Amino acid sequence: MTTEIPLAPGAARRRRTRSATSLTRSSGLGLGIALTWFSLLVLIPLALVVIQSADDGWGTFRDTLTNSQTAAALRLTVEQALIVTVVNVVFGTLIAWVLVRDSFRGQRLLEVIIDIPFALPTIVAGLVLLSLYGPDSPIGINVANTERSVFLALLFVTLPFVVRTVEPVLLELDPEVEEAAASLGASRFTTLRRILLPALAPAITAGAALSFARGISEYGSLVLLSGNLPNKTEVASVRILTYIENGNEAAAASVAVLLLGVALIAIILLQVLTKVVSKRG
Amino acid sequence: MASRIRQPKTTGTYVRRGLVIAYLFLLVVWPVSLVVQHTFSGGLDNLQTALSDPDVVFALQLTVYVAVWAVVINTIFGVGVSLLLVRYDFPGRGILSALIDLPLSVSPIVVGLALLLAYGGNNGLLGPTLQDAGLQVAFAPLGIIMATAFVSLPLVIRELVPVLQEIGTDQEQAARSLGAGPWQTFRRITLPSVKWALLYGVVLSLARSLGEFGAVKIMSGNIAGQTQTATLSVEEKYQDFQQGTAYATSFLLALIAVAALVVVSVLRPKENPDGD
Repeated sequence: MTTEIPLAPGAARRRRTRSATSLTRSSGLGLGIALTWFSLLVLIPLALVVIQSADDGWGTFRDTLTNSQTAAALRLTVEQALIVTVVNVVFGTLIAWVLVRDSFRGQRLLEVIIDIPFALPTIVAGLVLLSLYGPDSPIGINVANTERSVFLALLFVTLPFVVRTVEPVLLELDPEVEEAAASLGASRFTTLRRILLPALAPAITAGAALSFARGISEYGSLVLLSGNLPNKTEVASVRILTYIENGNEAAAASVAVLLLGVALIAIILLQVLTKVVSKRG
Repeated sequence: MASRIRQPKTTGTYVRRGLVIAYLFLLVVWPVSLVVQHTFSGGLDNLQTALSDPDVVFALQLTVYVAVWAVVINTIFGVGVSLLLVRYDFPGRGILSALIDLPLSVSPIVVGLALLLAYGGNNGLLGPTLQDAGLQVAFAPLGIIMATAFVSLPLVIRELVPVLQEIGTDQEQAARSLGAGPWQTFRRITLPSVKWALLYGVVLSLARSLGEFGAVKIMSGNIAGQTQTATLSVEEKYQDFQQGTAYATSFLLALIAVAALVVVSVLRPKENPDGD
């Protein structure tokens, strides 16, 4: 039941002693074809985005960032993705904990429910949330066209990330260590802080990074839900799309590069944070 | 590995269990069931209306066509690259391994922009040349397939690589030393041991491909009856106040994706033998 989860760096990738051989003629040909396709599909197009954004030096970046509507969209996107990531860290870890340590009927069903946000098309995810939290809400909660709709949509699509990274680590973790700590007089809080948190921190970080990266790049689930109101519920992806539709590809590319930069910074910050937490334990 | 030891149940256990169930119910279960309910609120009317709308039928057909191509391409590419990454040593292997994951962290809108900059008909880098050669990429099925293949590219590889590493090469070497050729070794030894991971990767790619929206919106031109896929049709129908049709199309899309995922994750044997 693992989904789009990366391996913790160096975990499984180094488990076996490598028995790799050097390339034969046919595998060399295969590598050549694979690299050509990968370059044509992914590398060249993405490089063009970076080139396009830097076409005019810093000018395009400055113009784009000083556009108040774009700045507002970027602020909203980063802000909501951050809040959602924090909620995911808390609830994702809690869900993983209940899935691994608790046992009750219907647990298997919960596993399937976690994967639904991955399987649902994003536009359908928006429609789904609109049915309970939109204008026709049976419980009278209407978040459509407000900032909270952005929060809700991001929360839905990023649900599985932390759960699916923490779950396997928790499965490997031996409860006897916690019992030993408890029998030596450690309080529950101390056990949590000194035993569990350091062990789970790398997995939580990896999940948080994925969740944040997905959050700032989300588009499909917001289309029907947020209304894309300028300066209010418009996110960065929508700004990029508007620039493309207006034929301003340079501005679109510069917002795209900014988004990539933010994702990169977040991932580096989280790595540093993990090191600090792991060392303290 | 002995993590399934039953721990004494305390009040905390029930509080945590309750919290998790309530959270998942409010975020996923209830909203999803409402869409199903809306779809069937007038019996089968919504589904019938949707399936008698030629634009919707076309969109569904195009989506399946595009998804199948994208999945086939990604499966062949994915199996090849996974084998190369795990079994062979070549300069740049580490870089390739890191770059393969890139498509998952790029916004679908940025994917669309990137492909447009490369293959746009008027001012793309390669677009005009390809167009002169008679190959229309942007605003045509080929472009939609590329956008879809881009966003689901790493899914097969991510499932295969850990399993290939886990099984090692002992059996393959034995087969080779007994005289099996590379293709025979792959088909008789490697493939059977990675089949569940491969199937799961394929199903994930399929779900992702059927549901792609942002990248396809940019690369397809979104013309109903010509280049509009099912997800794009959901958006248009919903905004066009044909909500019944939008719900029915959504239901069909979600049904295929969720059903495939559920079937495979139920059938797939658990990886760790003592994991319950």
